[in-house]
Amino acid sequence: MDDIKETILNLLTDLHPDIDFEQETNLIDSKILDSFDIVSLIADINDELDVAISADKIIPENFNSLDSLAKLVKELSDED
Amino acid sequence: MINNVLDFLYNTALTKPDKTAFVMREDSYTFKELKDEVQKIGAALADKGCNKEPVIIFMDKHPKELAAFWGTVAAGCYYVPIDSEMPGARIDLILQSSEAKFIIADSNNIDKAKSLANFSGEILLYDDLTAHNLTQDDTAKLEQIKRNAIDTDPIYIVFTSGTTGIPKGITACHRSVIDYAVSFAEELKLDENCIFANQAPLYFDAYIKDVYPTVMFGATTHMVPKQLFMFPVKLVEFLNENKVNTLCWAVSALTIISQFKTFNTVKPEYVNKIAFVGEVFPTKQFKIWQEALPKCEFTNLYGPTETTGVCCYYHVNKKIEDGDIIPIGRPFKNTGILLLKDDGTEANEGEEGEICVRGTCVTLGYYNNPSKTAENFVPNPLNRNYTEIIYKTGDLARMRDDGNLIFVSRKDFQIKHMGQRIELGEIEANVDMVDGIDACCCVYNQEKDKIVLFYVGTPEVKELSSLLRTKLQPYMLPNFYRKLDAIPLTPNGKKDRNLLKSMM
Repeated sequence: MDDIKETILNLLTDLHPDIDFEQETNLIDSKILDSFDIVSLIADINDELDVAISADKIIPENFNSLDSLAKLVKELSDED
Repeated sequence: MINNVLDFLYNTALTKPDKTAFVMREDSYTFKELKDEVQKIGAALADKGCNKEPVIIFMDKHPKELAAFWGTVAAGCYYVPIDSEMPGARIDLILQSSEAKFIIADSNNIDKAKSLANFSGEILLYDDLTAHNLTQDDTAKLEQIKRNAIDTDPIYIVFTSGTTGIPKGITACHRSVIDYAVSFAEELKLDENCIFANQAPLYFDAYIKDVYPTVMFGATTHMVPKQLFMFPVKLVEFLNENKVNTLCWAVSALTIISQFKTFNTVKPEYVNKIAFVGEVFPTKQFKIWQEALPKCEFTNLYGPTETTGVCCYYHVNKKIEDGDIIPIGRPFKNTGILLLKDDGTEANEGEEGEICVRGTCVTLGYYNNPSKTAENFVPNPLNRNYTEIIYKTGDLARMRDDGNLIFVSRKDFQIKHMGQRIELGEIEANVDMVDGIDACCCVYNQEKDKIVLFYVGTPEVKELSSLLRTKLQPYMLPNFYRKLDAIPLTPNGKKDRNLLKSMM
């Protein structure tokens, strides 16, 4: 697992220690993440990885799994 | 004379039968369809002998939930909506306090309702009630129930958290809701052309602001799926797709949109009226809204559930600058406000006093709780001549020289620290003005006599504390600072001070 993905996994696990985020691919639709979690995640990703997720990227497709979120963050950090 | 909230729906079902009333995702109901469901539910409940009693509504947010509300009213009863995600232990407390004998649940929640160990009454499936075959006898029976009802009969009980941990059931009557809906709609100039996006959950009273004008005028309400509040761009796109022009939303819901710079990507194209409620709108976030929608009318609303929804309004009629305070304004028509000092006399202009509310909007009190009711619903101390009950809000305000009320803080947020009287709200207001601060919440630990500031934003603790030194008296400075990613909110969108206290 690469660094970005691992950092995000840790952030997610901090929010919900009981969830296996490596398996779960339906974080939004199965209501595991709520709006408070999303706000926290975006702030944490900004702090820890120095990647700002803008409003147009805050869509369910990008937050439904660890993989999709890691992919988004990698793309955004490559743009810099 | 309109003396029953059903009059709104029944009249509109005659004048605009085929207009769309409520929409949730793919499901939509016209006024006539809604009235038909309401009458079937009313008749089915009446057949079960349900009469002048509370009925628990245990459903997901949907137009069907409104039909269950009004079906309950049609049977001469009052609705008690419960958040279907509420923990079972809290539901038990509400069941005990309401002594309800009936629960209406939808298919999504029927199993959870059946698992409530301490409920011995009857659990009714929504779809079974609406399968009722409405006969002429039924219609006559419902007409008779309505004819016998009076406008001081309860219409709903809303349970809110009590400081002791036992939920309090605020009980409102038809007259209060009619009075509120009519005066609110008049002041906001709402009409049949309004297209609302309903944000508020249906288990508090905030939904009255869009749901009742919808049936009153024959307007349309789109219910916003809760999940959209995680995705600001999608949320604004939803407003645009449905040509929503009127929002009556909690401040926290509006700031979700503004804090992510959503307006750089998409702006609400049709919204021309926004009424906001729940707490103080942080000036910086409000400015973002005002700049994005320069032609939109913004109205600040204030009021506790005990006075049926909101009781004061302020139309923001100028550009708000940093450091400005948005007043809570004046009472709605047919509502009176007294600012009372601790000695029971009225505060003079500029002086602080507790907001006390008089009028038809004052609810019937807390269900099955006469002692708690007597604490807050009290005789007007300024009137010795006849019985006049006022509601003491526990909120402090002062009157500005232009006659507008300025909210100061909760009375409970007024603390004594280092021998000084301190408003936690004043500390928060100063923190909010600091560059880079997105949100904050100040709590007080009485045991240790410490003020703790929780905040969200870019400044580091050291930076923020040295800045506050230049703004606040030394005894008002927070003793501890904690930077958070977000301020946790209660289900109705207010800062969750109890949770923060437990984090100290």
